[in-house]
Amino acid sequence: MTVVPLLSVQHLTMRFGGLVAIDDLSFDAADREITAIIGPNGAGKTTVFNCLTGFYQPTVGRLTLTHGGGTFLLERLEGHRIAKEARVARTFQNIRLFPRMTALENLVVAQHNRLMRASGYTVLGLLGHPGYRRAEREAVELARHWLERTGLADRADRDAGSLPYGAQRRLEIARAMCTRPALLCLDEPAAGLNPRESAELNDLLLAVREEERIGILLIEHDMSVVMGISDHIVVLDYGKRIADGSPRTVRNDPTVIRAYLGEEDDEELPPEVLVDLRGVPPGC
Amino acid sequence: MAVAGDPAPAAPPIAAILKDAALAAIVTFALALPLVGFETIDVSGVGLGLNFRFAAVAIATATVFLGRIGLAAIALGRPIAVLVPSAGVAAAAALGPWPMRTVAWLVAIAAAVLALRAGLALRRLAPGAGAGAAIPARIVGRLRRVAPPLLLALGVAFPFLPFTDQRLLDIAILVVTYVMLGWGLNIVVGLAGLLDLGYVAFYAVGAYTFGLLALNFDVGFWGALPAAGALAAMVGLLLGFPVLRLRGDYLAIVTLGFGEIIRIVLQNWWEVTGGPNGVSNIPRPTFFGLPFKAEPDEGEATFATFLGLDFSPAHRVTFLYFIILAMALIVNAFTRRIRRLPVGRAWEALREDEIACRALGINPTNTKLSAFAIGAMFAGFAGSFFAARQGFISPESFTFIESAVILAIVVLGGMGSQLGIVLAAIVLIGLPEFLRELNQFRMLAFGAGMVAIMVWRPLGLLSHREPTIRLHATGDRA
Repeated sequence: MTVVPLLSVQHLTMRFGGLVAIDDLSFDAADREITAIIGPNGAGKTTVFNCLTGFYQPTVGRLTLTHGGGTFLLERLEGHRIAKEARVARTFQNIRLFPRMTALENLVVAQHNRLMRASGYTVLGLLGHPGYRRAEREAVELARHWLERTGLADRADRDAGSLPYGAQRRLEIARAMCTRPALLCLDEPAAGLNPRESAELNDLLLAVREEERIGILLIEHDMSVVMGISDHIVVLDYGKRIADGSPRTVRNDPTVIRAYLGEEDDEELPPEVLVDLRGVPPGC
Repeated sequence: MAVAGDPAPAAPPIAAILKDAALAAIVTFALALPLVGFETIDVSGVGLGLNFRFAAVAIATATVFLGRIGLAAIALGRPIAVLVPSAGVAAAAALGPWPMRTVAWLVAIAAAVLALRAGLALRRLAPGAGAGAAIPARIVGRLRRVAPPLLLALGVAFPFLPFTDQRLLDIAILVVTYVMLGWGLNIVVGLAGLLDLGYVAFYAVGAYTFGLLALNFDVGFWGALPAAGALAAMVGLLLGFPVLRLRGDYLAIVTLGFGEIIRIVLQNWWEVTGGPNGVSNIPRPTFFGLPFKAEPDEGEATFATFLGLDFSPAHRVTFLYFIILAMALIVNAFTRRIRRLPVGRAWEALREDEIACRALGINPTNTKLSAFAIGAMFAGFAGSFFAARQGFISPESFTFIESAVILAIVVLGGMGSQLGIVLAAIVLIGLPEFLRELNQFRMLAFGAGMVAIMVWRPLGLLSHREPTIRLHATGDRA
């Protein structure tokens, strides 16, 4: 039997002028799994996210998202419709909260479309329709749930911009979860976290996968996070997929090691230099 | 300069203080001599003559000299020695029968500011006083709770207060008009964060809608009001579609240009708008169909005859005042309400981060357009009122400076703060009207007021933002 993957990326290519940021990339991300995309700096990881979430229009490729709500071709949807209809949520490498709104407001804004319908596109809301008040209470309850999950409930009424860095990272994840996504894309969620916070993040992401039953796509440099929680890892280098598999296979893949640690030195050196080097007595 | 915080050193640097004060006095003298010292007067039969006001120059120089010494004394930790005389001077200058009222007022204000600073310094020196920064925050907090109902009561009772005369009421109408415009623009600039330098265009559209409907189709104020709002909102949408993808400075430039386009169209499309001659004989608003007239036509009921009152021109002015007050309060209620609705929150979110909004499924174009159109609609209402009040409109009334003043009210009030806008409108519109005696220095005072606000409160008079929703009841945490 064939299981349709949650996300199927096929032949994704993104060119900026002459620069090929992503070159014919294909991979699948399964539902209820954590798929990590790793690679050295500049490998094109964030570009993949920007294509998935509609910030870039891919040059070539098909991005298919399939879940209970239907099948969506992400490359054809506008950015805000990807979040609204295809239910893809994302966080950003450089945190993008609404700094002068409170943590709670950040999470309520994330439920905009649902509340917009409940407020009769503002008209009923202006008239004080009880249906809107109910919807707003539900929205606050969902926000409270995620604030508690991320340990921010006591700081709910503080401006998001005044929270410490680690809390802002967690709040951004909470905000993404408040959109009730089918696929959650996290762009370096552990960047700048201390080891204890990273460990908490691991627990949170595993719990999200188990309880919310959604797929998570993760870009991360912190290998303790990646290796600890990923079900499946895709390795990029210069926009190409160089490995794809379970954490164990990827960790031992020589191509991956080479991409991260560079080529072995002596392969790069010209032969006459190697000859010279051999002439040098050991220990010098 | 001495630094606050080392109270009473062994020997106060008297020479340095005197030198500093003398320097300031010389600068004041040099500035005041040409600006204040000469006055042109109409000498009968001869033409213009010059009047020398050396007393005023001397007073200004002396005020600055003494004030500078006072500031130094406060910094040296002797606020009481400053507080008593400066308060005395302030009272004497304000209440005494001085021949030059404007000069006396300026001295009084200067002395009062000095006394205030001395008082604050005294408070800071007192044992057990909180940190200096905590005082304004607490005062602002209390002000925010008490001021709105007080201002509302004052606003409603204003026409009936004993000292309110027709001139004062006219100023009040002007101030409330700007409050309404400020509240309208606040939706666009303060909430949605779209810098709009052409807001007066929508004001003009509203005014001309009413003016032309009245002129050509004999439509009254109340009939034209919805049309003015709707048309202004439409124009807002039309402008918004192409330009709202722009951000910040670029949007500001395009809206600036748009404001000028509307004005130039009004000026040149003379077949319809009357060109520079404008539209005149615009009918006044009626009270449920009852006009305000001194001499009614045969058998015509007017406001005065219907209620059995003697005719007074004050009736109409008072009525106009209440119309604009009601319209402004509607805008305020609307804004306060819509901030708590998803659209309002989306506006604020858009101001904070447009990219994050898109990632949350908020349609930025629609959200911006709604802010733009609603702001424009309120300007249209205000414009229609303006036409009804003036009875005459011309493109002259809708120049860029109007947009700039409205924007200044929003920015100086503290972006997004409804109360701050009221205070800023009073300071920027009311005071200059009061200070008409200052003649050509009125705009100088206007500019000085703006600079002063930006120096002391760079985020605006009231920059505090009240959350639209809370998880914990207020007071749970500091």
